[in-house]
Amino acid sequence: MVVEADSVEVIELVFPPRPEVVSVARLVVGAAVAIDPAFDEERGADLRLAVSEACTNAIQAQLEQRRGGDADRPIVLRCSVGDGKITLTVKDHAGGFDPATLESHPLVTDPARLDYEGGLGIPLIQLLTDDVKFVSSPGGTTVIMTFEPRFRPDSADT
Amino acid sequence: MDLRLEVSEFGGWSVLHVGGEVDVATAPRLRERLIDMIGKDHLTIAVDLTSVDFIDSTGLGVLIGAVKRLRTRGGDLVLVRGDTRVSRVFEITGLDQVFTMVDTTDDLVDS
Repeated sequence: MVVEADSVEVIELVFPPRPEVVSVARLVVGAAVAIDPAFDEERGADLRLAVSEACTNAIQAQLEQRRGGDADRPIVLRCSVGDGKITLTVKDHAGGFDPATLESHPLVTDPARLDYEGGLGIPLIQLLTDDVKFVSSPGGTTVIMTFEPRFRPDSADT
Repeated sequence: MDLRLEVSEFGGWSVLHVGGEVDVATAPRLRERLIDMIGKDHLTIAVDLTSVDFIDSTGLGVLIGAVKRLRTRGGDLVLVRGDTRVSRVFEITGLDQVFTMVDTTDDLVDS
């Protein structure tokens, strides 16, 4: 643990891109959430869900890299707690992507919705976070997720 | 990472009791078991989520795939709702409108 200026506390986890480690990332986020009592259990569950989605995307993106050593490089999760909010950052070393090009799914009331088994992760992250930024480059993607203590379904996301 | 899977029969339903956490590491096992059950002609399947501590979109994707397979075969999949945290994922994503959900396995007999 590192204590930075203005009482922001940071927990960082560096882990191999293996599916089994996503559960560890959730535990680490659980520990980070416990630092700020303004985040209740339900909100803590939102953060654990969001980090699970982000880490899963990172791992799957790196597993898709067939070439080079980048597929084995560790994923970095950083939890920053302070100023009444929590910021979770997940960084991978897979090729980047453009979130604007993601296809959108049919509405849940459309039977065609059943044709889509995947791709729920990013919309879920957008729903759960108060703000999310995807910083993408050919070298990798960093997802920056900011959470306030209360879940707000109508909060504006980038 | 333990995912507990156990099948029982109840009122004409094949009930798959799931325990533990469903994520990218464990969802493939859930998927395999559901495919196996469907392959053995269990067409009315209830997935009991009451002992699930966590499920994310990889788990949701498996369930979507299963309900699709079953409905094209004239069957169906019903979810037995777990605790608030698990139910909430279905509400947040709107998937509680796609799936048929009941509160307890007893409700299967009335549905």
